[in-house]
Amino acid sequence: MFKGKFIDNLPKIYGTYTGGFLVFIILMAIAEQAGMTAKTIGILFVAFTVCIYAFIGWMSRTVQVDAYYVAGRSVPTVFNGMATAADWMSGASFVAMAGGIYFGGYTYMAFLIGWTGGYILVSSLLAPYLRKFGCYTVPDFIGTRYGGNLARFCAVVVLTLASFTYVTAQINATGTIAARALSIPFELGVWVGLVSILLCSMLGGMRAVTWTQVAQYIVLIIAYLLPIFWISNKGGYGFFPHLMLGEEVARLGELEAQFGLVKNAAADVKAAGVPGGLKSISLPHSEVPAGGMAAWKFISLVICMMVGTASLPHILMRYFTTPSVKAARKSVAWSLFFIALLYTSAPMLATLSKLSLMDPNLATGIIGKDISAVMSIDWVQAWTAQKQAFIADFNGDGILQLNEWFMRGDVVVLSTPEVAGLPYVISGLVAAGGMAAAMSTADGLILAIANALSHDVYYKIIDPKADVRKRLLVARGLLIVIGAAGAYIASMRITSILGAVAWAFDFAMSGLFFPLVLGVWWKRATRQGAIAGMITGLASGTAYLIYVYPKFMGNPAWLGIDHLRFGIIGASVCLVVMVVVSLMTPAPDSSTQKMIDEVRIPTGKTILGKQH
Amino acid sequence: MSNKEKHWEKTKGNMFLTLALWFFFGYIIFMFGESLNSASFLGYPLAYYMCAQGSIVAFVIILFWSANRQEKIDEECGFAERGEDD
Repeated sequence: MFKGKFIDNLPKIYGTYTGGFLVFIILMAIAEQAGMTAKTIGILFVAFTVCIYAFIGWMSRTVQVDAYYVAGRSVPTVFNGMATAADWMSGASFVAMAGGIYFGGYTYMAFLIGWTGGYILVSSLLAPYLRKFGCYTVPDFIGTRYGGNLARFCAVVVLTLASFTYVTAQINATGTIAARALSIPFELGVWVGLVSILLCSMLGGMRAVTWTQVAQYIVLIIAYLLPIFWISNKGGYGFFPHLMLGEEVARLGELEAQFGLVKNAAADVKAAGVPGGLKSISLPHSEVPAGGMAAWKFISLVICMMVGTASLPHILMRYFTTPSVKAARKSVAWSLFFIALLYTSAPMLATLSKLSLMDPNLATGIIGKDISAVMSIDWVQAWTAQKQAFIADFNGDGILQLNEWFMRGDVVVLSTPEVAGLPYVISGLVAAGGMAAAMSTADGLILAIANALSHDVYYKIIDPKADVRKRLLVARGLLIVIGAAGAYIASMRITSILGAVAWAFDFAMSGLFFPLVLGVWWKRATRQGAIAGMITGLASGTAYLIYVYPKFMGNPAWLGIDHLRFGIIGASVCLVVMVVVSLMTPAPDSSTQKMIDEVRIPTGKTILGKQH
Repeated sequence: MSNKEKHWEKTKGNMFLTLALWFFFGYIIFMFGESLNSASFLGYPLAYYMCAQGSIVAFVIILFWSANRQEKIDEECGFAERGEDD
C-alpha cells in the first residue's frame, strides 16, 4: 500500500489515520443508537486512541542517537508544526482554557495572546539559530556557546525546574480523564496515564514522540472543533461560529447587566459549603476593565507568557528536528497556525456554553430559574454529585442567581456537549481529545527533562566515554524515573499547592530567556555573565514568588506583579546581571566569536556534529 | 562590508521589523483596550475580537511573512540552503 520511505508517505499515512478515526466516531455513534452504554463508549474511545499511539511508539523504536534525540532531523515542516501544536496544547489548554474564559472573560484572554505571540520571539530570535547550532538539547547550546560544565549544569537546573512544574499538572490531567473514562480510581488512573505516556516515548525517544504527537494533534483538534460547530449549528447561532457570534457576545453583556455581576464574599462561600476550586461568574465577558492598572495587569501577563514560551525547552527542542534552518523557521509559523485553530475557538466555546446556561429564553438556561427545577436536571445532578458543580441559595429566594451557581472550570468543556443535548459519542470524543492533549504535552516535557539529564549531565559531564548503547539505556531509564516521580506527586493530589501552570513559564523566562537570546544576538556575552544571569535570575524570581504567593509569605504584590507574573522580576534581574558581568569580564575568544558568526548564517555545517 | 555582515544587517532589520509588528498586535492595542471596545467588528466589541481572534490571526500572518522575507534575504546574500529542502 505504501511504497518508498516512511517520510515520503506521511500525508497518505496520516490521511488514512484521520479517515479511520472519523469512521471510528461514526461506528460509535451507530453503536450508541443500537444501545451501547455511555460507559462502554467512553472506554472504547480512550482505549482505541491510546492503543494507536502505543502502536506508533513501537513502530518508531530506534537505536540511533540522532533519531532518539532529534528524530533524525528529518521531520517535514508542516508535520513538525502539528507535533509542536500537540506538544504545546496541554490538558490545561484543552480542558481549562474555555473554562477560564467562561469565568474570567476578557481579563483571562491575556493568556490567549501570551500563549500565541511568544512564537514570534521563537521564530525571529531563537529557533533558526538553535537549529543551525545542531544541538540535541537546550543546555547543549548553552554549554557549547558559553563553554564549561557549570553553564551547562545551570541550564539543566532551570530546564528541570520549569518542565517538572509543568509535567505533574499534565500527568494529573491524564489521570483525571483516564479515571473518568475508564471508571477507575484517580490514583490508578494516574499510573495508567503514565504507562500510556511512556509507551509513546520509551522506545523511540524524539522520533516516537514526534509521530505520536501528530496523531494526537489530529484527535484533539477534531474533538475540540466538532462539538463547537455542532452546537452552533444546532442552536441556530450560525454555521461558522467564529465569525457569527457577535450578537451572542452582546447578549451576554445584556444578561450580565440583568442578573448583575456579584463577587461573593469568601466567608459566604465558605459558610455555604461550596467545594474548593468551584467558581461563580463575577467578571464581564467582553467588557474591558477600566483603568491603567487593569491594562498593566493584562499586558504584564502577556509579557510573561510570551517570553516564557520562547524559553520552554520542550518547545524549542521541537525545532531541532527539521531538515534545515529554513524549515525550522517555516515550521514555527505552521505550529502557530495549528495552535490558532484551537485557541481562536476557545472563546467561541465559552460564549456558547455561557449563553446556553444564562439565557432564560433558552430551554437549556438555568440562571433565573427555580432551584428545585434546576436540581432535577440530569447533568446538574451528575456534576453536583461529583462536586464539580454546586448551588448555594444565598438570598434564600428559591431562584438561581448568577452568583449562586458554582462550577469547576474544566466542566465547561467536558459538560457542554451534554448540556447542549448532543449524543454521548461526542462526550467520549472530548475525553479522547483531552487525553491526547495531556499525553502529548507530558511526553514532550518528560523527554525534555530526561534528555537534558542523560545527554548533558550523564554523557557530557559524568561519563563522556559512554557508548551509544549505554547512553540510550540511561536516557530510557531516566524517562521512567522522571515519569514515575511526576505520577507519584500527581497521585498524592498535592498539585494544587504546586501552583499554576503559569509558573513553568515564569521559571523558564527567569533563567533561560536572556542567556539563550544574548548567546545568539550579543557576541560580547561571556560565560561568567551567563552563569551569573541564570543563577541570580532564577534565585530572584523564586524568592519573589515565595514573598508574594498567598500560600507562602503572602505579601502584597509590587506594581501588580503577583505570583503568576514573577518572571518579570527574574528575567529583569537576569538581564541586568548578565550584561554587567559580561562587560566586566574579558570578551569571548576568537573561536567563540567565529562560531557565533557561523550560527547566524543558514548555510554550512552545523556547529555540533551530526552525532555528538 | 563583507557579505556576511551585510546578511546580518539585513537579518537584524527583518527581526526588528517583525518585533515591531508583534509589539503592535501584542501590546499597543491592548493598552487602549477600553476605548477600542466601543468600536465593533463583525458585531464583536473590537478589543474582545482582537483578543479572541484578531491578534492571533495577525501573529500567524506575521510569522509566514517574516519567514518568507528572511528566505529572500538569505537568497540575496548567497546563504540559501540547497539540496536538503523540506
